[in-house]
Amino acid sequence: MIYALRRLGFFLFTLWIALTLNFFLPRLMPGNPALAMMSKFHGELSPKAVNALEILFGVNTKESLLSQYFGYLHQILTGNFGTSLSQYPASVSSVIGSAIWWTFGLVGIATILAFALGTFLGIVSAWRRGSKLDSVVPPTFVIVSAVPYFWVAMVLVLIFGLTLHWFPSQGGYYVTTDSPGLNFIFFQDVINHAFLPAAALLITTIGTWILTMRNTMITTLAEDYVRMARAKGLPSRRIMFDYAARNAILPNLTGFAMSLGFVVSGAILIEYVFNYPGVGFMLLQAVSSEDYPLMQGLFLLITVAVLFAILVADVLTALLDPRTRTAR
Amino acid sequence: MAMPVSGVPTETPVSQAPELGSARAFGRIGRAVRLNRKATIGAVILGIFILIALFPFVIAHDSPTQDAYPAQLGISTAHLLGTNHYGQDLFAQLVYGTRNVLIIAFTVGLATTGIAVLIGVAGAYLGGTWDNSLNVVTDVLLVIPLFPLLIVIAAYAHGGTTPVLILAITLTSWSYTARQLRSQALTLRNRDFLEAARVRGERRLYIIVVEVIPTMTSLIVASFLTNALYAVLFASSLQFIGLGDPNTVSWGTTLYWAQNNAALQTGEPLWAIAPGALIAILGAAFALLNYAFDEIGNPALRPVRKTRKKGAQPVGRGQRG
Amino acid sequence: MADEPVLEVSGLSVDYILDAGNVRAVDDVSFTVGRGEFLGIVGESGCGKSTLLFAVAQLLAPPAEVAAGSVMFGGNNLVGLTDGQLSAVRWRDMSVVMQSAMNALNPVKTIGAQFKDAMRAHGKVPDRDIAARSAEVLQMVGIDPVHLRSYPHQLSGGMRQRSMIAMALLFTPDLVIMDEPTSALDVVAQRSLMVQIKELQLAFGFAVVFVTHDMSLISHFSDRLMVMYAGQVDEIGATRTIFDRPLHPYTQGLLEAFPSIRGPRVPLKGIPGSPPDLARVPSGCRFRPRCPYAVDKCAEVAPDLYPLDEALVRCVRREDGSLVS
Repeated sequence: MIYALRRLGFFLFTLWIALTLNFFLPRLMPGNPALAMMSKFHGELSPKAVNALEILFGVNTKESLLSQYFGYLHQILTGNFGTSLSQYPASVSSVIGSAIWWTFGLVGIATILAFALGTFLGIVSAWRRGSKLDSVVPPTFVIVSAVPYFWVAMVLVLIFGLTLHWFPSQGGYYVTTDSPGLNFIFFQDVINHAFLPAAALLITTIGTWILTMRNTMITTLAEDYVRMARAKGLPSRRIMFDYAARNAILPNLTGFAMSLGFVVSGAILIEYVFNYPGVGFMLLQAVSSEDYPLMQGLFLLITVAVLFAILVADVLTALLDPRTRTAR
Repeated sequence: MAMPVSGVPTETPVSQAPELGSARAFGRIGRAVRLNRKATIGAVILGIFILIALFPFVIAHDSPTQDAYPAQLGISTAHLLGTNHYGQDLFAQLVYGTRNVLIIAFTVGLATTGIAVLIGVAGAYLGGTWDNSLNVVTDVLLVIPLFPLLIVIAAYAHGGTTPVLILAITLTSWSYTARQLRSQALTLRNRDFLEAARVRGERRLYIIVVEVIPTMTSLIVASFLTNALYAVLFASSLQFIGLGDPNTVSWGTTLYWAQNNAALQTGEPLWAIAPGALIAILGAAFALLNYAFDEIGNPALRPVRKTRKKGAQPVGRGQRG
Repeated sequence: MADEPVLEVSGLSVDYILDAGNVRAVDDVSFTVGRGEFLGIVGESGCGKSTLLFAVAQLLAPPAEVAAGSVMFGGNNLVGLTDGQLSAVRWRDMSVVMQSAMNALNPVKTIGAQFKDAMRAHGKVPDRDIAARSAEVLQMVGIDPVHLRSYPHQLSGGMRQRSMIAMALLFTPDLVIMDEPTSALDVVAQRSLMVQIKELQLAFGFAVVFVTHDMSLISHFSDRLMVMYAGQVDEIGATRTIFDRPLHPYTQGLLEAFPSIRGPRVPLKGIPGSPPDLARVPSGCRFRPRCPYAVDKCAEVAPDLYPLDEALVRCVRREDGSLVS
């Protein structure tokens, strides 16, 4: 319990750092970029929007840095992320809201699949040390995990999208023919469009899970309690899962937390290549259209999501390991 | 205390002598690389790239930026990879781009690893509040998603020239290595040969620089490789999405121009695929070397000979006897 | 003792298959264990005693391999059997107790769950019977059965070790192999554990093979003693015989290395030098470089185990100084 609270505290602290970074970065850059942005959109914005932007970026204001900071924090904490400039007059929160489910679905499902499949392959690979499976799988995935995400995405687009025409290579759904709704055709369309991006994400991220699980399994298999389980004449399958894997997966879950940052990078790049209407694609569009409020809002969202996922993984690890569970 | 069987302390049967000085460590690493097949392949590939970066004019006969040729030529002996939309020779672009990529890789790799060594080892040895504060900084940076952060930084900077990219990536990517080095330094703190140095009266700094750091050589080298790999991936990704300097000759910027001109869709797939493939090959070289290092550092992971049991499926064959 | 020995090891050799070449960690070891007998195996670290134990129990893993010899148990040669074939014998007839219970017990399962795994692996036993038997064995070693619900890290070191012994007795096997189960404990706990083991042995009649480096401790409990050095058996015989008249110079050195509490105060005599690197054993007798009585013949001839009075000794030199031909 105390452990969970400490971790929560750490995450809140990190969140605060992220907010502070968001605040200071534009102010630290030579020639406040916000100025350029504001002049670009000048005349299109309502005075209220202009005012909010001034607070966000510290432009044209005579207030001290400190009061700007607190004003900023107050604004963020009341859920006001400002108005999007490229999608004016929509607020940043509503713009983000439209994209968030696309990414959630894509990344969520692909990551869970990759983790489950990768962990299983890692277990089997370690169990069958020295077999053909084990001599092929690790080196293959070592190389695959070094391949840039966008390249895998591009290759998939080229082969399966443009050449073979098996799957669409752009977008989240056929914008011209379908409209979002709870109907089967729409779902089918969505899945069709999500297939290649998900495959790209799966291929590039699964390597990490396989390799780390395999390595932790190998170390675990050398433990005395595994030898003891053999001595007791337990069936192989039970030893593999109940004794070895259950222990090996614990450090793996922590590794999962570390890798989330990379999953996020992958998702951004893959969405970019596929023009998939998710949060990552939106971030890059915000960058190119200099829509800084939107960009900041997305950065915060991504950070919160990653922190939350790490917290969940931490809690899971603590729950699975009786050594941390019981108060000492 | 139980009486030992012999009155004289016995030697540990398997030689567990601590890794000695840097020179020996590098020598051993060199030998290990030669013996391990994966490492050799990786080293050879890396070597080829380094040569290309140093002497691009030997291989490519055209200037990378000169748009002297007709556009969209296919593969031919004159243009090994064809020309792009602007009439530039793609092969030349990629060859000359190697230099930028490797500069980024090695500079960031060295700088990041250097910072990580400093922070990780200092934290382990200074302990107390120093360690705690360094830990907090490290952990925060570990958890904040780096690529989005880099995007935000590069966006504010209106696109980064190579030095900016190097600086930004270095400042954000050292935390994982710092953590690894710190835990290894912590376990080393209590090893006997360090106790001996302490008893000899050596100052702490001496111990750290002369005894501890050389012992961590293999981890430091492995970290350098990892950091170099991620530097290449991050930098080329940033260039790809347009946050690099589009006028630099580099693999990532080539990709950017390809994407900008919808190369995949307009029948110039090589423009997009080739630079990515090169990044993949370079990445594979780093990864192979690293994989081999894992095996070198942790003997339990080394390839295992199959036992000659008659028709048996030995349970968990990866165990050590 | 017994009519038929419960365990008969003949010519057992174990090699470590390494890139640099094979290293023989156990060289041509033979011994028998009678029904209900307590055999102690002593030796320095690295002499091969643990490897020998694992070889007997068929628990070796790569790169270690049985290179030669047989292990006759229950009428079968255990060497070369698959894990599947061995499972019939494992735990029912032969069980193992390891050195560190903290490492030998699965940290994420309760003690009770681990007992249950062992019992389930050998036939469908109803839950109620499993619970009853588990409680019974715990009580035999003096642990409250409520700890069946505990995790290994929640028990003290001594309790963990005793619960391992309890687990080993689930099926009251014919033979229990123990690998230095007392080494991780303090002196008092050691003694009480040994006493408990001996009591259980007398009550249930199982044989024990007990490996340790602590000669003084084992000598109070073992019936026979086997001294190992550099992978070979150097001396084997009844405990009392060996203690009263140690014949091998190594055994003599060992016995002189610890003081007697009641005897006169004499300076401690150690054995100079250290055990040989098994990859490069000395020619002739392996103990020769450290032996105070070595003669030329010792460098030429690698001695066999010669019967001398009631023991077997690996030395060419008799007590009176004459040499075995």
